[in-house]
Amino acid sequence: MDVLMLSRLQFAAATMFHFLFVPLTLGISVLIACMETAYVRTGKDVYKRMARFWGKLFLINFTLGVVTGITLEFQFGTNWSRYSAYVGDIFGSLLAIEATAAFFLESTFIGVWHFGWDKLSPRAHAISAWLVAGASNLSAVWILIANGFMQNPLGFELRNGRAELTDFVAVITNPWAWNQFVHVVAASFCVATFFIMGISAWHLLRKQNEEFFQKSFRLALYVGMAATAIVVVQGHLHGNLVAQLQPAKLAAMESHWETQKNAPMYLLQIPDEKGEKNLVQAVAVPSLLSILAFNDPDAEVKGLKDFPAADRPPVTITFLAFRIMVGIGTLMPLLMLFGLFKRDTLAQYPLYLKAMVWAMPLPYLGMQAGWAVAEVGRQPWIVYGLMRTTDAVSPIAASQAGVSLVAMVLLYTLLGAAGAYLMVTFARKGPVDA
Amino acid sequence: MLESIWFLLWGVLWAVYFVLDGFDLGIGTLMPFLAKNEYEKRVMYNAGGPFWDGNEVWLLSAGGVTFAAFPQAYATMFSGLYSALMLLLFALILRGVSFEFRGKVDSDSWRKVWDGCQVAGSFLPALLLGVAFANLFHGLPINQAHVNTGGLFDLLNPYGLLGGVFFVAMFCLHGALWLSIRATGELKERAMATASRLWPLVLVLVLAFLAYSYVNTQLFGNFRKSPHLFLILAAAVAGLLLSRLYLAQGQAWKAWGGSAVFIACVALFGVVGLYPAIIISTLNPAWSLTIYNASSSPLTLKIMLGVALVFVPVVIGYQVWSLLTFGKAITGEHDLEY
Ligand code: HDD
Ligand code: HEM
Ligand code: HEM
Repeated sequence: MDVLMLSRLQFAAATMFHFLFVPLTLGISVLIACMETAYVRTGKDVYKRMARFWGKLFLINFTLGVVTGITLEFQFGTNWSRYSAYVGDIFGSLLAIEATAAFFLESTFIGVWHFGWDKLSPRAHAISAWLVAGASNLSAVWILIANGFMQNPLGFELRNGRAELTDFVAVITNPWAWNQFVHVVAASFCVATFFIMGISAWHLLRKQNEEFFQKSFRLALYVGMAATAIVVVQGHLHGNLVAQLQPAKLAAMESHWETQKNAPMYLLQIPDEKGEKNLVQAVAVPSLLSILAFNDPDAEVKGLKDFPAADRPPVTITFLAFRIMVGIGTLMPLLMLFGLFKRDTLAQYPLYLKAMVWAMPLPYLGMQAGWAVAEVGRQPWIVYGLMRTTDAVSPIAASQAGVSLVAMVLLYTLLGAAGAYLMVTFARKGPVDA
Repeated sequence: MLESIWFLLWGVLWAVYFVLDGFDLGIGTLMPFLAKNEYEKRVMYNAGGPFWDGNEVWLLSAGGVTFAAFPQAYATMFSGLYSALMLLLFALILRGVSFEFRGKVDSDSWRKVWDGCQVAGSFLPALLLGVAFANLFHGLPINQAHVNTGGLFDLLNPYGLLGGVFFVAMFCLHGALWLSIRATGELKERAMATASRLWPLVLVLVLAFLAYSYVNTQLFGNFRKSPHLFLILAAAVAGLLLSRLYLAQGQAWKAWGGSAVFIACVALFGVVGLYPAIIISTLNPAWSLTIYNASSSPLTLKIMLGVALVFVPVVIGYQVWSLLTFGKAITGEHDLEY
């Protein structure tokens, strides 16, 4: 394999592994801050115990999020040095702002929060929880503005053989980035709430700490309902933006080959990339694709065949990933609606509680699939319309990239296994010592 | 002008990083030599516990600022030092995780694994940072296309290795002093004794490093041109001497402060010596990356300056607060989180 392929695999492995931990951090940090605030307000011990129990799981997750993020910060220099030199003027500053404005706050106050249970007043401790939660979500703003620039570059001019910043405000108000922010943060709350509901359901099935886990389940259920609604509704608007600005990605998401008006959506579809067609397409919903993409049944949706082959993203991955994401986006609200109606008598529905335990991985899978849509669907561009991924890779030896890829995958697998083992152990133990 | 300001800020970020992460890397490296039992080990983990992540972000922001202010230098430096950087990152990953994971399973072999990660994950970064910076002070074989033509083993030349050993010793001294602040009883005494034994070693190594730099690098050029810059070296010497003086008086905080000044001035000495180059090409001086041919556009530099002037003082403010609030003596189990 060449450096390009190895670097792509390495970047995909590194970000996707990082993104196993990021969403839980983004969501659960806010929920824990809410629990602590409830404790300060009401003085009820159960809220403190909730914050401590979920906080313990949060810390294990947080540590893995931090250490996997550190490699990412340098990946652009190690593996994508041509990219770094070409757009560093804009992209580098966004990463640097993320570190100074968000990471310092987050990392300093996670220490304060962790070591401050007995040294700070409950109020000061709750404030440190809010600072961690706020800083985590602020870091998401900046990294997504950076990613938004790669998806929809603006506010620059090509000068001196590179992209130079001309309009900072345009860069930080990039509509693409803010769409991503809302979508990703809302989806992160789905991850966090399904995490809490799943573990709570496991304990409720065993009739342990029932008050504690009923309260946790309910808090997560309400927040999760709202978050899913935002993900789905806003995801649709996000799709409109993709249709407008990256038509090739949209076509790949739907494996849509021929340009047509009143484009239907097929519920059953199997793409055939080589043959430039779909092997199977059945159960058409008339005009639905036109409506989804442009809110207009008569709109014309460009098909993949209208793009030069060199400008098309990999279709099968993009298509499958999009289906998985949307499928999960349909399943999650259904699962929660049932819980909402039966919220006072959950213990009578062991089958439902079991399903909620097994549903824990769903939003995680949705997250990974979503990023695959966004990133694979952007190919062959690293910066859409501006720089191709093939031109971005570092002039390093394939052996270097190969060794580091293997080492990283090994290391991450071991860490992931250790982390998962700890999570399961502490989740099962329940709120014992708090 | 903007480029020069950013160059200085870049140096300051690295200096603060060495001062802060230096102490927890030092403690981790000293772990097998200082901790005699499980309780003492835990004290050593907790001594750096509340701070290691916040300290490490100075590395991220130094890296981020390299990217933002000097993108071509970021591109060349990190792709050129690929293997060394990957090793450094993997080591830091294992170290970071060892803090959180070690105490979570009650098993000796589990703890041993993570102790190994903590020690290796502290020692290797200290060594690699020293090797990398010595090589930057000397210059790298950068070609016309700004690509490093050397490999990992070219970094391991005598000057680079001396830099590595020097950094390890310097961080160990710094870590022993921090442990003197936070430990009590026998461990505190052992930490102070270790610091006094490391001190002459650091002195010898810094003199050797300066002498070798004098013959092997161009670092002293700027100092000869503007002799008042020698104040940096004078401050380094003063910091080192003061740390010994205060150590003898048992004033751990002040001794640590002296060592902090020393480390910061050593870093600044090198950075000021490099100016205006960021990466010197040993193949042809014209191929060097300097603040002129590696920097970002003036607009980016201006915006980033605004960001830095607003946020860095705030960061320093809350980090100092955290160091003072949590940098107190650990008096028993109830002070231990890890
Ligand atoms: C939507 C959110 C999001 C996205 C897309 C990314 N991250 Fe991340 N990152 C976070 C959200 C986040 C976080 C929530 O703030 C983390 C995760 C867990 C944590 O502890 O903080 C974090 C941690 C984290 C850290 C460690 C900070 C510390 O030491 O405290 C670094 C260096 C990065 N990230 C860098 C990156 C880079 C270079 C990315 C792009 C490829 C990236 N992250 C994608
Ligand atoms: C953390 C969530 C993210 C995930 C899971 C993710 C996923 C991926 C995947 C799967 C690829 C490989 C695509 C391919 O090779 O076809 C990729 C490529 C890439 N992404 Fe992302 N991405 C994430 C966030 C980001 C962000 C925030 C940025 C920029 C700030 C970014 C920049 C890149 C770059 C530089 C590449 C390499 C070029 C390429 O192979 O396309 N990614 N990402
Ligand atoms: C039916 C519901 C959904 C719709 C219509 C939808 C729509 C979209 C679209 C169009 C994109 C691509 C945007 C781009 O190319 O940048 C996207 C990306 C993404 N989706 Fe969804 N989505 C839905 C549900 C979900 C769910 C349930 C999750 C996870 C729990 C999720 C997580 C993500 C993530 C992480 C990304 C990548 C980041 C981004 O580009 O915003 N989505 N979604």
